[in-house]
Amino acid sequence: MSTRAVATVRLVQQHSIVVLIALLVALAGLIEAIRPGAVNANWVSNILEFAAPLGILAAGQTLVVIMGGIDLSVANVATAAAYIMASQAPFGVTRSIVAGLFVGVLVGLINGVGVAVFKVQPLIMTLAMGLVVTGSLNVYSQASVRTVPGVPAVIHTLGSGTVLGYVPVSLFLWALLAAVLIVGLRGTGFGRLLYALGDNLEATRLAGVRGWQVLLTNYAACGLLSAVAGLVLAGTVNAADLSLATVLLLPSVAAVVIGGTSIFGGSGSYSGTIVGALILTVLNSVLTLLDVPDAVKQVLYGAIIVVLAAAYTRVLGRE
Amino acid sequence: MAAVPNEIPDANARALLVASGLAKHFGPVVALRSADLRVRPGEIHALMGANGAGKSTLVKILTGALTADAGTITFGGRTRTFRSTSEARKAGLICVYQDPSLLPDLTVLQNLKLTATPISNFRRYLVELGMARFDLQSMPRELARPTLSLLDLARALAIEPQLLLLDEITASLPADLTVRVFNVARQLRAEGRSVIFISHRLAEVSALCDRATVLRDGKTVGVVEPAQGGEERIVKLMLGPVADEVAAEAASPSAPATGAVAVEVRDLKAGTLDGVTFTLRFGEVLGVAALEGQGQEELFNCLAGVRRPESGQIVVGGNPRSFHHPGDAIRAGMVLIPADRVQALLRQRSVRENVALPLVNRISRWGPINPRREKRRVETAVKRLQIDTRVTSEVRRLSGGNQQKVGIARWLAGGFKTLLCFDPTRGIDIGTKRQIYGLVKELAANGSAVLLFTSELPEIQLACNRVIVLFGGKLVDEMPASEADEKALLRAAHGLPSEAEEPQSQEGA
Repeated sequence: MSTRAVATVRLVQQHSIVVLIALLVALAGLIEAIRPGAVNANWVSNILEFAAPLGILAAGQTLVVIMGGIDLSVANVATAAAYIMASQAPFGVTRSIVAGLFVGVLVGLINGVGVAVFKVQPLIMTLAMGLVVTGSLNVYSQASVRTVPGVPAVIHTLGSGTVLGYVPVSLFLWALLAAVLIVGLRGTGFGRLLYALGDNLEATRLAGVRGWQVLLTNYAACGLLSAVAGLVLAGTVNAADLSLATVLLLPSVAAVVIGGTSIFGGSGSYSGTIVGALILTVLNSVLTLLDVPDAVKQVLYGAIIVVLAAAYTRVLGRE
Repeated sequence: MAAVPNEIPDANARALLVASGLAKHFGPVVALRSADLRVRPGEIHALMGANGAGKSTLVKILTGALTADAGTITFGGRTRTFRSTSEARKAGLICVYQDPSLLPDLTVLQNLKLTATPISNFRRYLVELGMARFDLQSMPRELARPTLSLLDLARALAIEPQLLLLDEITASLPADLTVRVFNVARQLRAEGRSVIFISHRLAEVSALCDRATVLRDGKTVGVVEPAQGGEERIVKLMLGPVADEVAAEAASPSAPATGAVAVEVRDLKAGTLDGVTFTLRFGEVLGVAALEGQGQEELFNCLAGVRRPESGQIVVGGNPRSFHHPGDAIRAGMVLIPADRVQALLRQRSVRENVALPLVNRISRWGPINPRREKRRVETAVKRLQIDTRVTSEVRRLSGGNQQKVGIARWLAGGFKTLLCFDPTRGIDIGTKRQIYGLVKELAANGSAVLLFTSELPEIQLACNRVIVLFGGKLVDEMPASEADEKALLRAAHGLPSEAEEPQSQEGA
């Protein structure tokens, strides 16, 4: 390889986010090519609105994956949080939101106890908890045979309102969370420990860290973020049914991986995940524009995620 | 061919392997600048160099595990570029590494079949290595490390290589097994085949090797005949301009210290460790001498809170302690430097994050990090250990010696009272070794207590004030460093009484 090529590869490796942003722009260009004039302020506003719940859901996933774990219950938790929030709406907005978030933290804590204390593989633990959550939610919905729960106005505004005509309200919440996460991962002891645990559990123990404390806290944080994502999503679609966020499970992991976080833990960032979530949302928009049947859309969506993940490993030469 | 200083007159003799001008860099890091190596048929050739000099990279290029950026390799008269280790193996060039390579969960026989190793040859070499009765159905997971190294060697020999590379294979071997490896190497030489031998132990090199090529900073800096008093020259070449400085640091053994008691160990039992009692004082480096597996590992692990003792007491600062977690020991000021660097380091993370890890090891430290304060502490520690790298580089890109220094720097930044060093210089070059011993002495002189186990007995005197000797899990001897020469330690470590008590000692026993 020539020196120049080597330098280019190195530049790409160090600034992978630039490549991701370029990909994002290319996808937008594709849409503009298919239907000239489609990419406008309104489109951007829509994309951001739909990316926000996914971005927040993938935020929790990012925290867990950096730590060397995975949480496959995020979508179930988001759905449950939204449903319970909606069902509690008649008792007041505050109570309904707190109830929804509580569900997230509770499930996260159980995940954390399973992984940290009982040493269950994160994949099994969270997958199983996802089933438990969904089953329980079904029982709950049958037991409380009220009318289909409605979404409080505050949540509806949070999920689909705009400021100045174009800026989604959910973007403010997402930006706030993003700032906390990006700064927190880099500049706090807790953030450091997530990377450290993901890199080498034994080394972290030898340095005096009690890993279970970090694991437990982090799964709880992931549960909380999942619940927040569920509430925002319920506001966006203005309804909360029993399969609200189910479709977002794969994208929540894909956004993390496309964003450059190692699935084996120890490296990555939330800024990457943000771009990953945007790419996936725009990709969805492209497929919708192509006007293909839903089944074909699913096939393409899955295939493109695989190609992106493979290309990523190839280009960046990650081990 | 590149001109090599100190080339021997018959340099034009037919060479089996000629490597010239090999270069390799990983991103911004230059691992090899310009390495030359010439190995004759029927020669045992040493490859020497400090950590980071480029030995490992050169070996990997020769065996096809890496491709060079520049330079040529001629093997058996033909210019070759091996694209994989199996290509090199087919050509008759194979390497045995320090770390065992058999898959732990397949039987030895299955391992051999996996690599298409001729079984009868393998058996024959096992006999020569003194393992005639070895059962091929054994699981590598259950075998001792030295046994695994010999199995690796026999597997390499079984393909009848023209050139065998031994990359620090003796680092984890006890003396009697090292002798067997030497005999096999000499036998290959007698058959006209060649061996490239890598070891940090100069004595081994001068006992075994015909010539030695010395690398420094990725360049070949000389070819020496170690047998003819070349040892000094090798050290000088390896270290370059810093040689004199290092020599000055290796001062005479220190006198026993008389500080306050730091740690008292009372009748400690754990696994092999069978009732050990001693005291460690502030201001001293207490050496622990022992052969492989005499309970020293359990001792260090108990003291560091990594495992719990079955009985006995650890008294720190006058109070009996029971450590449930390394964090408890660290709070009591006792920190461990393990032999295996990989165990202690975050390889994907930066030097800074590795060194600063103890600064965030409690819930009360989960909050915002003060970057200026952290930077200051990390930089002080990095400077003190002379880690020659940027603090932002990933630890896995560092040489072995620098990695070990990062592991030590962590505790200089984190703070401690008692340093537990378990074989901290395993597989580290002589320059770095002496730096580490110098640091350990300095720490003790400044009031810390240090417990130091090293598998290299001659080095006890370099660093320690006092030595305890473990044998069969018991403390069998204790002596001031001034009496602890290699011979005395070897006798004690084998459970023999000291010469003073047994006047009619057999010479060379």
